[in-house]
Amino acid sequence: MSKETESRQREPFARVIKRAEMAAGKIALLRLMAVFLSLIAGGIFIGCVGQNPFVIYGTIISGACRSVMAFQGTVKIMIPLLISSLGITLAFKMKFWNIGAEGQIIFGATCATFFALFCSGWNHVILVIVMFLAGIIGGGIWGLIPAFFKVKYNTNETLFTLMLNYIALHIVSYLRDGPWMDPGSQGFPKIARFDKNASLDKLFGVQFGWLIALILVVVVYVYMKYTKQGYEISVVGESQDTARYAGMNVRKIVLRTMFLSGGICGMAGMIQATGSDITLTSSVAGGVGFTAIIIAWLAQLNPFSILLVSFLFSVLEKGSSVVQSNYGLSTDCADVLQGIILFFILGCEFFVRYQFQFRKNTDRTDKEG
Amino acid sequence: MKKLLSLLVVGAMTVSLCACGGSAGGSDASSAPAAEGESAAEAEDTAGSDDASGESGQDTASEGVMPAIAKEDIKVGVIHITDPAEGSGYTYTHDLGIQGMQKNIGLDDSQIVRKNNVNDTDATAIENAIRECIEEGCNIIFATSWGFMDTCEALADEFPEVIFSHGTGYKSNGTNFNNYFGRIYQARYLAGIAAGLKTESNKLGYVAAMGQDNSEVTGGVNAFAMGAYSVNPDCEVYVKVTNSWFDPEGETQAAQALVDLGCDVIAQHCDTPNPQTVAEQNGVWGVGYNSDMSKDAPGAVLTSVMWDWSVYYTQAVQSAIDGTWSGENYFGGMADGLVNIADLSDLCAEGTSEAVEAAREQITKEGFNVFDGVIETNDGSTVGEEGGTLSDSDITGNMNWYFKNVVVK
Repeated sequence: MSKETESRQREPFARVIKRAEMAAGKIALLRLMAVFLSLIAGGIFIGCVGQNPFVIYGTIISGACRSVMAFQGTVKIMIPLLISSLGITLAFKMKFWNIGAEGQIIFGATCATFFALFCSGWNHVILVIVMFLAGIIGGGIWGLIPAFFKVKYNTNETLFTLMLNYIALHIVSYLRDGPWMDPGSQGFPKIARFDKNASLDKLFGVQFGWLIALILVVVVYVYMKYTKQGYEISVVGESQDTARYAGMNVRKIVLRTMFLSGGICGMAGMIQATGSDITLTSSVAGGVGFTAIIIAWLAQLNPFSILLVSFLFSVLEKGSSVVQSNYGLSTDCADVLQGIILFFILGCEFFVRYQFQFRKNTDRTDKEG
Repeated sequence: MKKLLSLLVVGAMTVSLCACGGSAGGSDASSAPAAEGESAAEAEDTAGSDDASGESGQDTASEGVMPAIAKEDIKVGVIHITDPAEGSGYTYTHDLGIQGMQKNIGLDDSQIVRKNNVNDTDATAIENAIRECIEEGCNIIFATSWGFMDTCEALADEFPEVIFSHGTGYKSNGTNFNNYFGRIYQARYLAGIAAGLKTESNKLGYVAAMGQDNSEVTGGVNAFAMGAYSVNPDCEVYVKVTNSWFDPEGETQAAQALVDLGCDVIAQHCDTPNPQTVAEQNGVWGVGYNSDMSKDAPGAVLTSVMWDWSVYYTQAVQSAIDGTWSGENYFGGMADGLVNIADLSDLCAEGTSEAVEAAREQITKEGFNVFDGVIETNDGSTVGEEGGTLSDSDITGNMNWYFKNVVVK
């Protein structure tokens, strides 16, 4: 008896245990609740800085969607986010932690920029196609490098892809300050604005990258769900041994998938540089590659959910800038708000998988015993 | 921050995947997401929607190239590279000018749209910020940083009914896109006099944002050096380049290096007051820039080279209201009140006030333009000719030499 009491005392007040698989409807409800709670917490924060939360939330939504022009702006933010999230999804499905989307975006943009700067006289259609290919190959190479070292020497892909980001960034700085510097800029380090011929055409007032992004959503979905290669990716992701046992060439699959993953991110960079920036700057990725990781995971690697989540992110970002100029609320406050919302959604994922078990009441245990 | 969060996400994913490692087959490995959103950048895009609401169409003035806009229909957009709330330096000074303009003309707060912290290397962020201003009905937009230039040029083409006025660059289109800047070198000349009279080591330090290729900075160095030379032919100006307009750490280091070289007056062409605080810590003196930096380093600052942008902003907005907007570039000087130096502090040497006032008289009344006559450079050649003066285009775009007493360190 005394031994039993001792063990009960040593038992912690609460324990975390894994829960059985929840019903899909219940999971959805939990997530919805998390969003709702985060809005309340965010509202309290807004109230603390002296603003009316309802007005601010309203402005975020209206600021992103109130007019054709505003909506076009939101779409423009969404294009690189959506495409690079799709790119990352391929690698993540394989459990290859590619956090180098930033670098793949930058290097894809850099390769495309070469043609935009030095072949601007080409036929427009050919030039655009070549720039697309350059972007894909550039990003693909940047994805292939860490994949090669992973399969050959089993290097850590997280660190490898992260470090490649900085190399890509400094390549841009070098080109900007040196060989590609705008000759007319009087010594200011910048790359010239591209010729009109070398920039993407507009469709409904926004560069046509949005159409490509939408097509990619379907393509990536079909690729992952219905093709042999897509199936291989999930098997390698679940267990490399299983894949090997089933006779799959794991090395080849890893290399191929990382080339595609990087290639899609590189295309995002190319579209951003030639469609939105119309020049190459060191901010061409501007954190998109990191935000894309977040989007891909929030969307559970489902391309259609990625479309939705990246749209919501774009609304938040676009709306925040309107809040900044209308209410003088610094964009840093918007960051805090986004942080709060995401904190709650992250927290909710924990409860989807685990639950707390509290220390049982002594009387009850006695009775049970 | 974002990187950190992303790493956390990856960490969370790995943990959660280990936890559900047992599940096999094709089922989605669900995972723990986390995140943070994008910030700063704003968004906007469209093709030529007509937002210049206030066009009344009465083009009364003869030289105006844009229709007059009624005062109550004026809406001013301002694109800032940082946040005016910094309370000192470049953006703050520009915003003081906007506030002054608002007061002079009598505009309502709702008639000013500010876009702060717009990254001037991110073309999409710049375009988004400007489009957002246009969407809100702005009909005159001031873009204060050099890096906004190319985007302004492109958008001026797309929105011919909106006036774009870009500070510090060199592009314009003669109608709805002009460039504004000022003869800050005139004020630097006066500051050079104060520094030249004060120095005991005959070494003046100058923290420069950009090197010899940059006419704006180099012209400022030269004017400062010539002002100092005019009262103290023995002094030298040591220049240290940071290669950045805004680099708090680099500016501190450059100033300290100059002090270590024996400089006892530290002048600056960069955005933070750090060189002045370094001067104060080392017990030497300094000359501030942009705003009156005696409040940042009261024990060191002799005077500060200052802009009063409200002079230009008022004139520009008034001309848009009157329909006299000419689309010409603006290059104001001391006579207009655009540039000046702060009141001389008590730290200045005996006789500084008289010397400065005499030079001010020459500049504002007698047509002295600092870069007059034959000027000797520090590589032994000469610039300019007897009886002439450098043209404005040479001053703004061709000033790639240093005055003879300048030493680059």
